[in-house]
Amino acid sequence: MSENPTRSIEPSYLKYKGRYGGIFAWIFSTDHKRIGLLYLWSIMTFFIVGAILGLLMKMELISPGKNIMGPQTYNGFFTLHGIIMIFLIVIPGLPAVFGNFFLPIMIGAKDVAFPRLNLTSWWLYMFGALVVLTSQFTGGGPPDTGWTFYAPYSFQTPTNMLPAVTGAFILGFSSILTGLNFIVTIHRMRAPGMGWFKMPLFPWSLYATGWIQLIATPIVGVTLLMIIAERTLNIGFFDPSLGGDPILYQHLFWIYSHPAVYIMILPAMGAISEIIPTFARKTIFGYKAIIASTVAIAFVGYFVWGHHMFTSGMSGVALYTFSILTFLVAIPSAIKVFNWVSTMHKASINLQTPFYWAVSFIFVFMIGGFSGLVLGALATNVHLHDTHFVVAHFHFIVFGGTGFAFLGAMHYWFPKVFGRKYDAGWANIGWLTFFIGFITLYGPMFYLGIAGMPRRYYDYVEVFHGGNIISSFGSIILIAGIAIVITNLVKSAISGEKADQNPWGGITLEWKVPSPPPLENFDEIPHVTRGPYDYS
Amino acid sequence: MEQTSGNPHIHRDDEASKIGMWLFIFTEMLLFGGLFIVYSIYRYLHPVAFELAADELDVLVGTANTVILLVSSMTIAMSVTAMQKGNKKLTLALLGATLFLALAFLVNKYFEWGSKISYGLYPGSERLHEFGHGDTLFFGLYYFMTGLHALHIIIGVVIISAVMYRVHKEMVHPTKYALLENTGLYWHLVDLIWIFLFPLFYLVT
Repeated sequence: MSENPTRSIEPSYLKYKGRYGGIFAWIFSTDHKRIGLLYLWSIMTFFIVGAILGLLMKMELISPGKNIMGPQTYNGFFTLHGIIMIFLIVIPGLPAVFGNFFLPIMIGAKDVAFPRLNLTSWWLYMFGALVVLTSQFTGGGPPDTGWTFYAPYSFQTPTNMLPAVTGAFILGFSSILTGLNFIVTIHRMRAPGMGWFKMPLFPWSLYATGWIQLIATPIVGVTLLMIIAERTLNIGFFDPSLGGDPILYQHLFWIYSHPAVYIMILPAMGAISEIIPTFARKTIFGYKAIIASTVAIAFVGYFVWGHHMFTSGMSGVALYTFSILTFLVAIPSAIKVFNWVSTMHKASINLQTPFYWAVSFIFVFMIGGFSGLVLGALATNVHLHDTHFVVAHFHFIVFGGTGFAFLGAMHYWFPKVFGRKYDAGWANIGWLTFFIGFITLYGPMFYLGIAGMPRRYYDYVEVFHGGNIISSFGSIILIAGIAIVITNLVKSAISGEKADQNPWGGITLEWKVPSPPPLENFDEIPHVTRGPYDYS
Repeated sequence: MEQTSGNPHIHRDDEASKIGMWLFIFTEMLLFGGLFIVYSIYRYLHPVAFELAADELDVLVGTANTVILLVSSMTIAMSVTAMQKGNKKLTLALLGATLFLALAFLVNKYFEWGSKISYGLYPGSERLHEFGHGDTLFFGLYYFMTGLHALHIIIGVVIISAVMYRVHKEMVHPTKYALLENTGLYWHLVDLIWIFLFPLFYLVT
């Protein structure tokens, strides 16, 4: 593998000249680092769209009655917001961006196992995104089912569901191929000496995520195909008038979509497990416990889908079982929180922006996790089902968890990716604004949900006005925070100060290559002899 | 393998390709697994209708197609062995036989579906509606599952043709035949799924 041991001054991956020039040097590149950045740019673009949709919905909800949009537009907005945020952003999210960029480097490889398949995944992703977005502009108007495409409405609504569902299917395929690629990469391409338990925790989380992508995604794939068949061929699987069962759709959908939550959060936890030891400058507490909990989450996560359906109609035994399993899956998550906190204990912490993101991740993740237990308990669930409490819960987990970890990872690896430093002052201001906006936006939704405000309505009664004003106000702060963070990062990527090879004093392998890394990452494939967080 | 876009480090690892293929097969089985779940639930709910509806299917055609697929699985496995022994001509002949059998399967399928449709048994048809829910679901599943399977056969035809071309051009040769092996694995998967579809739709009455 190491045919060129002595080339020391290689051009960085951002600069080398390949067969193609201009934009083609990127969109036809099979270099895992360029593909990672392709995903980064695509995801950032979609995220801005999704966030603006969210902002507009909050503006609609700032007071009762119609403000800026009617019910049908609102339905279209939350559907598109959900599809973009879930399928285009948080599911590819950390694996597609940082997994692609850093997995090979962190395990001491030159690339992923199947570089061309990797590029195919990105193309499928863009193609799927395009198909999803055409649903907005063609046919019978924007889809209005919500991102879950619940039957029977999803094949009865006159809106343009086919492209949305087909696009989601294609995106699932892209996700499967990424997971497959990472699993094979981790099995086959670890550097000499890197046993399974010398592997850093981010690759470990990608490994578990890869398996979830591989095992869960086909189920939703075939379910979406069935919805397509319902709409085009009237086939009857989920149509009660033809003998089908709409509840069966919910089961099949959540068999995938609950594990998908762990596709979102496990890599986020992996990134946090990288950031914390680096800034605490000590070895991570309970390395093997974190691995075990990662695998346990991936495993138990398959058996909890029923908790999305406590009010849909299931047998009592099924209800208890799903409720108990839901409580069980909280345990490994809690183990990780204890591990992170213990890592910080008595550490001389280097307070930098990525660390702020990491600790605020733990904070919002815990709120999200505890509120998840409230929803996982049968009695409270009946009261809170389909209220704003649920919206608050999953935004704390999905946006708070994955989003904070993503931005933490972005700041942490920024010097490595672009070879430049971000502006630390603005980065901290951005983080603080983001954090305050986040809590102000989603915090009141817990209260609103308990008070009984249902989700997915463009209107509400006067009694919910107060909480909604605070929440909508928070959305403005949050958007300002997002704008500061993105502007700062983009500006710094173009004209920031040059960064060193190892600005944080990290000891995993990515800090042993130049910033930005050369095309082949390593001059010589390293021999690993120490554990990943061995600071002694 | 040809190089793309200035990436000089596409390395060769046949073992990795095979692991990748096995993982892909795994996802394919789960894809059909979702449908087998749907099948078993509706069979449980409508046992009598499913039995009667299964009688409508032509066991002879089903059996013929089963034999065709089993033999084609054998020919493609033999083509891998022929490749290992360095016999290019035999490899191509065996792949050609596989291709022929795959097309024969599709022709059979075409006539089978055609006769059902001309008889008025297709999703959304009047006749099916008169038969009731159980039959509607049975034939819905029948068309959807065998249709998805037939789609896999068509994809297989494309892949096998591409492999034949590559064997002919000696891009796949006795020291580098992972692509051929993986195609064989894919074809066995298609065969395996049929082995489950055949009894579920044709035999269990």
